[in-house]
Parts: sequence; structure tokens; C-alpha cells
Amino acid sequence: MLTYTIRRLVLSVPTLMFISIVIFLLLDLAPGDPLAGMPLTIPNEVREQMREALGVGQPFYIAFPKWLYQFFVVEPLYLMDGIFGTSWAGEQQRVLSWQTRSPVMDIVLQRLPQTLWVVGTAYVVAILLALPIGIYSAYRQYSWFDNAGTFVTMVGFSVPPFFSGVLVIVIFSVQLGWFPSIYDTTHQVTDWASFKKQLQQMVMPVMVLALQITSQLSRFMRASMLDNLNQDYVRTARAKGLGEKTVVLVHVLRNSLIPVVTVIALGIPSIFGGAIITEQVFKVNGIGQLLITAIQANDLPMVQTLTFIFAILIVLFNLIADILYGILDPRIRYD
Amino acid sequence: MKLITALLGASALCAMTSAAMAASHEGERGRDGEVRIIYWQAPSILNPYLSGGTKELEAASLFIEPLARYDTDGNLVPWLAQDIPTVANGGVSEDLMTITWKLQEGLLWSDGTPVTSEDVKFSWEYCTAEGGGCAQSEKYLDVASVDTPDDLTVIVNFSVPKPFPYGPFVGAQAPIIQKAQFAECLGPKAPECSEENFGPIGTGPFVVTEFRPNDVFTAVANENYRDPNKPAFASVTFKGGGDATAAGRAVHETGEFDYAWNLQLAPDVLSKMAEAGLAENVVAFGTSVERILLNQTNIDPSLGDQRGVIGNPHPFLTDKAVRQAMSMAIDRALLTEIGYGDFGKLTCNVLPAPAIFASTANDSCLVQDIEGAKAVLEAAGWTDTNGNGFRDKDGIELSVLYQTSTNAVRQDYQALIKQWWEEIGIETELRNIDASVFFGSDPGSDDTFQKFFADVEMFTNNFDGTDPEAYMAGWTCDQAPQPSNQWQGNNMPRFCSEEYDALRAEMAVTGDINERARLAKAMNDILMQEYIILPLTHRGRNSAHAKTLGGVALNVWDSELWNIADWYRIGG
Repeated sequence: MLTYTIRRLVLSVPTLMFISIVIFLLLDLAPGDPLAGMPLTIPNEVREQMREALGVGQPFYIAFPKWLYQFFVVEPLYLMDGIFGTSWAGEQQRVLSWQTRSPVMDIVLQRLPQTLWVVGTAYVVAILLALPIGIYSAYRQYSWFDNAGTFVTMVGFSVPPFFSGVLVIVIFSVQLGWFPSIYDTTHQVTDWASFKKQLQQMVMPVMVLALQITSQLSRFMRASMLDNLNQDYVRTARAKGLGEKTVVLVHVLRNSLIPVVTVIALGIPSIFGGAIITEQVFKVNGIGQLLITAIQANDLPMVQTLTFIFAILIVLFNLIADILYGILDPRIRYD
Repeated sequence: MKLITALLGASALCAMTSAAMAASHEGERGRDGEVRIIYWQAPSILNPYLSGGTKELEAASLFIEPLARYDTDGNLVPWLAQDIPTVANGGVSEDLMTITWKLQEGLLWSDGTPVTSEDVKFSWEYCTAEGGGCAQSEKYLDVASVDTPDDLTVIVNFSVPKPFPYGPFVGAQAPIIQKAQFAECLGPKAPECSEENFGPIGTGPFVVTEFRPNDVFTAVANENYRDPNKPAFASVTFKGGGDATAAGRAVHETGEFDYAWNLQLAPDVLSKMAEAGLAENVVAFGTSVERILLNQTNIDPSLGDQRGVIGNPHPFLTDKAVRQAMSMAIDRALLTEIGYGDFGKLTCNVLPAPAIFASTANDSCLVQDIEGAKAVLEAAGWTDTNGNGFRDKDGIELSVLYQTSTNAVRQDYQALIKQWWEEIGIETELRNIDASVFFGSDPGSDDTFQKFFADVEMFTNNFDGTDPEAYMAGWTCDQAPQPSNQWQGNNMPRFCSEEYDALRAEMAVTGDINERARLAKAMNDILMQEYIILPLTHRGRNSAHAKTLGGVALNVWDSELWNIADWYRIGG
């Protein structure tokens, strides 16, 4: 297992390099101008000077190695300096956003808490809901509960968050006035009252996100349970006289969880990636909103860095999912 | 609703306890608690010299201020200066080469240090430093030097006579920054000063406490603000992001915010939101005009690198009769009603304001005249000889490609105008291009509004401040985007008239305001009567504020938040 892990880790280096080149080339080829959103009253000569100051339009062979160096050398050094109080990074230029003229990683770190709070909570809520729903739906296949579950998950799957998000805002914010429609990212949890306020502003985005994730996971759980329920070992367990509870929750569930756990692990990068639309609808202004505004503003350093971080996370969690699979299922051996 | 109000916590409590005092609009600083502003586009930086965006400009106007700014009618009012220098009061020299500003006495930065003429001079140095990419360097054009004979006096020397010397240090675009803070941030160093760019020390009514780029910032009242009783609000929360609908909802329907900026929404959506009764919509008209441009050069792809080059005239848009008919066929009243409702006005000028510059010579465009348009085309010999439903002459078909940016209102305009043009026998093909490409200036892209590889295009433009000289100068011959200038320039129709250029040259050396107005109107009239530009709608800027927020005076000539020091909470 260890050699397998090491081999995979080593292999992921060229994979990531390839991904970063593709990202870079794609953005390089895409049309767009970081100053397109500026008022037309700014004259062309001034725009040209601004572009020059930003470093827009540098050729690929200069911009790419520069970014690689900044991302893999300068940024980690700054991180070390921040942790250990050293000054290895010195005065070296970091990856700067074109919109804010400030280091991209600082903004990412600033955005992470709200994304983790909202999207992470939604993920946990969704797992807690999806597993029991999936198990019971499979156990009582074609019962009214199963049919209702199928209906709800289909709705959850097919209704996009730009609709469901606005719908819950209109109901719970505008009509009932229970929850704020705009997320306050500066809110600090210090006591019970502020914790309650934090919960209130999280309810709607978490609800919208959890509906989607629950739909997906509960389907997986149900399918996996159904696969196992008809297996011979289940009949054997029942024939031995084991109780239904033991049969389903110990024997079947444990085996059914193997694929579901990998699906859950594969979904974790999306927590960090944020939820572009949901964040935008509720003004959570986390990583997802950061990415979409950067794309709209043609802020290439920001888009490159964010998409590459996502790429790293996806490669990493793919590996984790594979390893988990090997650990959970003794039949699978990589070596 | 009650719950939400309660959730606003300290802010709501403060507002209620101080309601009695606020009723008189006067009282001590910070008496009205928190004011909450939402901009659906979030500011990325608080230094307007590094970003030309309106959102950054207006956000920064809470903190840093110019010597003079424009009021709601577009008049100059002294801000950090004692008065407005003019030739009459001796502040502007007779030869129009220098302007002398006097700072108010006793001004302090928010850190308690005095504001001096050195800071003013430094602001010019900062923006004109080599390699800084200052977005507002146009404001400092032709400034040769800045002298500071004493702490309060600033003399700006121009290299050419400036009939309108109110570019430097005037308006939200050219505020005064503190020398002590930005001294290390000149030129190429400018972007590295994140801390300074995110929290400029200023003279304005508020001081930044926390700035989160593209998200939110908070600020508290400036203890050193020049008026001891202002601002009425102790703190500001300025949230950004989302979309215009959500911002409108937060002010109109849920009451979470007090002020929402630039609500570009369909008029019926806005009036429906206002029915909730929490807030009201306000509108003000500046110089924004939605206009159609008619290309004077041939953009036939078979021309290769000669596309759009002056010297290759357009096959039929160079015929004035065709252009006139296209203008006559448009029902501007209907377009404006559908697209902008109360937030748009009819205009027949590309220079619609200020009032002194607005021509009345072209008002016949207000009435649609389809039959008249047909008659004009007939008289010019454009008839449908081949029976395909569209007019032609000498083998040239009247068929236009009409491009604009992707935007719901613009696509409505396109559809209606296509219908009218086809009614008079001009075939119309529509195209819309993503705004970031259309308004971008990538010389490699054929889809930019500057390259204008289409027969007809539509967008909105305006100018900063109240002086139209630079704006009108955009349609001189040498301003035409051409391959030789990498397709830069504002004369997108590539119109060229000696008469126009002569008027522009005359304006550049004319100081008298009435004479300037006459020249500007004459230039506008040439463009209108030659039908090079077809104005469609004079667009207003509309925002919304809570009914409990007093003192709002929507200003399109300067920052919308120009008078936030005077805002207060209406009791109750």
C-alpha cells in the first residue's frame, strides 16, 4: 500500500504540471480584457499604461515560469514565514491579483472560513440525511417512503440553486422575515446570541446546498444497499437467525458503505471550491464567488491560482479515495 | 421582519435610542448608529488611482476627498479648498496657464496630522509616476508642475492654456492622498502597497476598520473630521456582491440595507419592489446616452487587412439619406418606456447635459416617421428592384449587421429596431457579444466596439464631470480607430469632417463658458444632423434608499456617496 501511495504521489506531479499548463494556455487563448469593466471615460492611452503596470499580455514563456516560481517557491516561503516568524521570502513578488493588486493567497485565506462554514456544514448535513434515507429506501424498496424519497431527490437534482435559492429567500426572508437574505461575512461568533445569528444566516444557503448533495448521496447509498441486500451472505446471515437489525445495519451497511465513502471523499474538494451560484445568491462571498468575480473581471492570476488549487485538491482526494477503498475492502490490493 | 430588525443588533438599538435626536438632523457625531450600504458590484480596492471602476471610486469617496467636487446640479463646490478659483477672482491666470487653490485652514488627516499643500502635490506625483499605471492620469494631463509656496497654497502650472482647469484634484476621480502614507508606493511599487490601498488615510467622514476585497468593508466615523457634528452615523457597513435584484430586495423588501446603488432593473420590477413600502427609488440624470453608431468605413471581410480602414468608404452608410431614414424609423419613446421607464428620458443629442450644453436643434427625432423614412429612401433612389423585400441600388443591397453587448435591455432594443428597419426595407442582422469582449480592447479580437467590424453598433457612453471638451474631441478625424493606432480612439464610426475638427480646435482655446457651450452644441448638431450617431435614450442613474435614511442627494456628476457626511436616520 505504501509503495502504491508513493507511486501515485510521484505520478501526480506530472499530472498537475500538465493541468497547470492547460489552465494557463486556455486562459491565454480566451478573449477578454481586465479593463473591459472600467468606465468608457478612461482614455485608451491610460488603459494601455494600466495594462502594462499589471503585466497583461506577457508571452506564455515568461508568464508561466514566473507564476510557477511564485506559486511553488515564493508562496510556501511566505506561508513558512507566517507560521515560524522567519523571513525567507524577503521582498520577492507574490502572485498578485489584477483586481485588488494584493496577494491572491491572502484573499483565498480570507475567503476560506465562510466557504468552509457554509459548504462544509451543508456537506455534513447532507451526509447525515442521505445515509439513513438511502438505507431505509433500499430496505423498503418501492414503499411510499422510497417513492417519496425518489421524488424529492429528483426535485433536488433537477432544481438549480439559482431558482431554489431565490425561492427560499422570497419565502423565508421577504415573506416571513425569519432569516437575513444577505450573509454577513464579518460576523464573529463570540457568544450564544452571535452563534444564533450565525446559524440564522447559514440556514438558507445550507438548506439549498444540502438538498442537492443529499439527493446525490442518498441515491448512491440506496443503490449500493440494494446491490448487497440480494447477496448470498445476507441470506446466510438471516438463515443463521440473526436479527434484521444486525443483518441490515451491521452486515449489509458496512459492505454498502465502501463505494459511498469513496464518493464522499471525492466530493470533498468541492467543499473548498465553494458553491459558485449558491454563494452568489446569498452573498456568502467565499471561494466560489471569488472565482466567478475573477473570471468576470478577467483577473487571470486569481483564476489560474484558484483553478490550480482545485486541481491539487481533486488529485489529492482521488488518491485518498483510492487508498480508502483499499483499506475498507480487503479484497482490493494495489500491490 | 421584526426579527431581522432585532438581528441588526447594536445598530438597530443605537438607531432607535437616538431617533429623538435625529429628528432635528443636528446633533453630535455618531448619534445615528450604523448605516448599511449595498453595492451589487463589490469594490476590489480603495484607491481610485489604481482602479478606474465606479465601485472603487465611490467606495473610496468615504475616505479620501478632492479639493472641489460637483454638486447634484453639476456645479463645482469647494470641498477641501476655500473656494473655486476662477479668472474673475484671480485664482486662474489670464493666460489660462495656472490655477491657484487655497486649502481650508485646520484640515486634519484621520490620523490627526495636518493636511498640507505637499499632500496635494504628492497626489499629482503619485498618479503621474512612471510605471504606476494610474487610472486617472487623464485628470492630470498637461500639468507641467505643481508649486507649493506655503502650507495652504497649491499652484498648478499647465503646459498649455487650459480653458477648463478643473481636472487635477477635482471630483471623485482625483482625490488627495496622504504623502506620509503613500510616499513609498510610487510608480511600480504602487501595487505592492496592499495595506495602504485597502485603507487609505483620508480627510473624509469615515475611517476604514476592515476591508475585504470584493466582499465587504466596515468603517467608523472619523474623529478628526472637519465638522464636529458630522457624520451622523457612527459606522458604515458596505457590502458588495450578488446582483442588482438581490440588492434591490435587501433595501426594498427585507430592509436589511439602507442604500442600494445603481439598480439596473426593469422599471416594472423596481416599482413592484417599492410597493413593499420600506424604501424609495431615486433617479438622477447625467450625461449617459444609449446611442447607435453608423460605420462610415467598409468592413467587408474580403478586404482583409483593409477592413474598416479610412479610404474604404462604406457602400451605403456613407449616403446621408440612408442614415436619416434609419433614424426616422426609430420610435425612441417606445424604446425608452420599455427599457428604462422613469429612469430614462428622451433625447435627440449625444451631448444631453448639463443644460447649458444641450442643443434643441434636433428635436424632430422624437417622433417616429416610418412613411417619411420610406420617402427619403425612395427619393435617394433606393428601391426594391429584385423583389426580395429589401431595398437596393446599383446592385448594393441595404443589409446591415447590428452589434451590441449582451444585456437584456439592449436585446429588446435590437429586436424593436430590427423590426422598424426591416419595415422601411433595410435588412437587419443582429449580433450580441459578451460585454467583457465587446468593451475589451484586445487588438487581436474582431469583436470589440472599437474595431467596429459591423455596420451598426449600440452602447452607452458618458463623460466625467461637466465639461464636454474631451468627450466632443472624441469624434475628430484623428480619433478614428485604425490599424495604424492599434485600433485605439473614440471615433468608432470613423467620421471625418473638417468643419467638426475646426470647431474642436476652437474650443481648445476658448475660455468663456457661453462661447464653449455654443461650440459644443454646434459639434453635437453636426453629429446629429449628419446622422452619424443616433441617440436613443438619455439614461438616468437610479438607486434606492430606505425611507428612514435622510439626507440622500443622488449625484451623477460625482460619487453617489459624495454627501454621506450629511446622511442621517429619520426618527422612529
